[in-house]
Amino acid sequence: MPPFCAGDCMINRVITDGRVNKEIQACAVFGVMDRSGRRFGGKMIVEAMKNMKVRGNGLGGGFAVYGIYPDYKDCYAIHLMFEKEEAKQRVDQFLDMNFDIIHDEEIPTNEEANVSDPPMFWRYFVKPQKKGKDKKLSDDDYVVDKVMKINTCIDNAYVFSSGKDMGVFKGVGFPEEIAEFFMLEELYKGYIWTAHSRFPTNTPGWWGGAHPFCILDWTVVHNGEISSYGTNRRFLEMYGYYCTLYTDTEVIAYAVDLLMRKQKLPIEVVAKIFAPPMWDQIDRMEEKKRKFYTTLRMVYAPLLINGPFTVIIAHHGEMIGLTDRIRLRPITAGEKGDMLFVSSEEAAIRAVCNPDRVWTPKGGEPIVGRLKEVIS
Amino acid sequence: MLRDPFMEGVRKLEEIAKKVRFEDNTAKIDAKGLTHKELNDLIRMCAEKGAEKIILKNVCGQRYIGTRLFLPKKVEIEIFGIPGNDLGMFLDGHRIVVHGNAQDGVGNTMNEGEIVVEGRAGDVVAMSMRGGRIFIRDDVGYRTAIHMKEYKDKVPVLVVGGTSQDFLGEYMAGGVVLLLGLNRNRHLANYIGTGMHGGVIYIRGKVEKYQLGKEVGIVDMEEKDYKRVESLVKDYLTYFKPKFDLDEIMGERFTKLVPVSKRPYGRIYAY
Repeated sequence: MPPFCAGDCMINRVITDGRVNKEIQACAVFGVMDRSGRRFGGKMIVEAMKNMKVRGNGLGGGFAVYGIYPDYKDCYAIHLMFEKEEAKQRVDQFLDMNFDIIHDEEIPTNEEANVSDPPMFWRYFVKPQKKGKDKKLSDDDYVVDKVMKINTCIDNAYVFSSGKDMGVFKGVGFPEEIAEFFMLEELYKGYIWTAHSRFPTNTPGWWGGAHPFCILDWTVVHNGEISSYGTNRRFLEMYGYYCTLYTDTEVIAYAVDLLMRKQKLPIEVVAKIFAPPMWDQIDRMEEKKRKFYTTLRMVYAPLLINGPFTVIIAHHGEMIGLTDRIRLRPITAGEKGDMLFVSSEEAAIRAVCNPDRVWTPKGGEPIVGRLKEVIS
Repeated sequence: MLRDPFMEGVRKLEEIAKKVRFEDNTAKIDAKGLTHKELNDLIRMCAEKGAEKIILKNVCGQRYIGTRLFLPKKVEIEIFGIPGNDLGMFLDGHRIVVHGNAQDGVGNTMNEGEIVVEGRAGDVVAMSMRGGRIFIRDDVGYRTAIHMKEYKDKVPVLVVGGTSQDFLGEYMAGGVVLLLGLNRNRHLANYIGTGMHGGVIYIRGKVEKYQLGKEVGIVDMEEKDYKRVESLVKDYLTYFKPKFDLDEIMGERFTKLVPVSKRPYGRIYAY
């Protein structure tokens, strides 16, 4: 039983909408992090994505940036897209009832950009105002609950970014067009940038279906196809996560939030939940390890992510690249000084810098970038 | 509505011809800012004009280099920078040298000729390769030599100086793969030769039985195997001049892998 609205409303939105869940993609992913915490502009990642243009088809592009709202860094920055005007009134009302709205404004966009039919974009900088039984929830859990409520119960309104001092910008177009539309190169500086170029063939490209997917400050960009989507989604529903965006990647964002934020597992363990070793490899391990991996596979079997994937996961302080255990999608890591790169292709890294080294780990082994010191 | 990123912004030959400089029989192409198609158009133009050598500068991710060259006269293509996926796909007798790394799909369904990479290469190197030779100085990724094949005198050869990741020689149907494992104690690849039903894989250094697919077996190296390996190692040394000498490389133990059956899945798919 969903914790907030009648189950039907969610099911209507998710299942009977006529849009299918499945999508097959080629896609490009790219991530860059300055591990010293230095913030930099969007030009580098836009150039890298242009280098991999043929991996997408213009039906989806998007970016996640960390460290962009220093003036409101204690507020949750809620990015919304509205497909209809009246949806905004309902969201305004809803947010006003549940949060202190410190500031809100239209997200600046460039009307000259080559994109078609953008919805209306708005951002709210808010602080939770918990009442009644909600007082038991942590701020983060409270925000997750409210985001799910908007996404499942208010038609034509989608929260697509909900973390502090970070933001997602995405839509229908090639990444460089989306960057131009949101003026990313001119307006924002961050210490982590991740990006995605989409090649959907089974679902219509729509603004909410572009990557990255985000909950709180956790974001995911993904190249691949998750054949375990149904199993993963049903498991996550037991924990109050509802998939509303008609694409498989969403489950990874929620799974990461559940495992890493709520259950506080390190990425090294989470990687082995998503992409566990094969049973015959587990059989060859020494006893302690064998018990650990057997337990992990049994407890978290519904979160095994089956099918080809390369993902870049990010949250404040950390950027992670990971592939499925038999690497059915490409990944290359590179570094130059404090800069760490994760990319679908080595050429995209070399298009923007001359790396000290490049490497490609085995499938299922994460590439992890962490901040050298926590920025205040 | 659907856009084609390969064709968007492709310029006519006249507009990009200034990127080419001819000197004697050598053509130099500045690949900076060229799309996949534009670069391959220029390479073909140079080959048709009689270039014997084509030097590509500032290559950064352009795909299919060397593909559209079904011409009687063979050329040598020298690449500075990093070529994109499917380097030398369907290559028909030409020679390609990369001064650096290569990406996925090197020599995909290559027919004849030679590709030399002075660095590492990505996944599915030599996929469906049916002739010619590929030399990679360092490591390669997943599914190297997947479904490589041979027919009569057309026997493809792949030599890798480093090691490979999983599924080396998957569904391999013919040809020769040599993995030298220089600079490392042991190979980490699993599922080597899964579904293999033709050809031979030589691995220098230690490989455990569990690293092999069910469809391959280890057999003893014979005199003709050593001769074949030694001749390939000599070429490797000539191309890359590593700090190893012939005796050092040949002094290590070699494992020879061949398929246990020519039709491993015959009974699964028969009905």
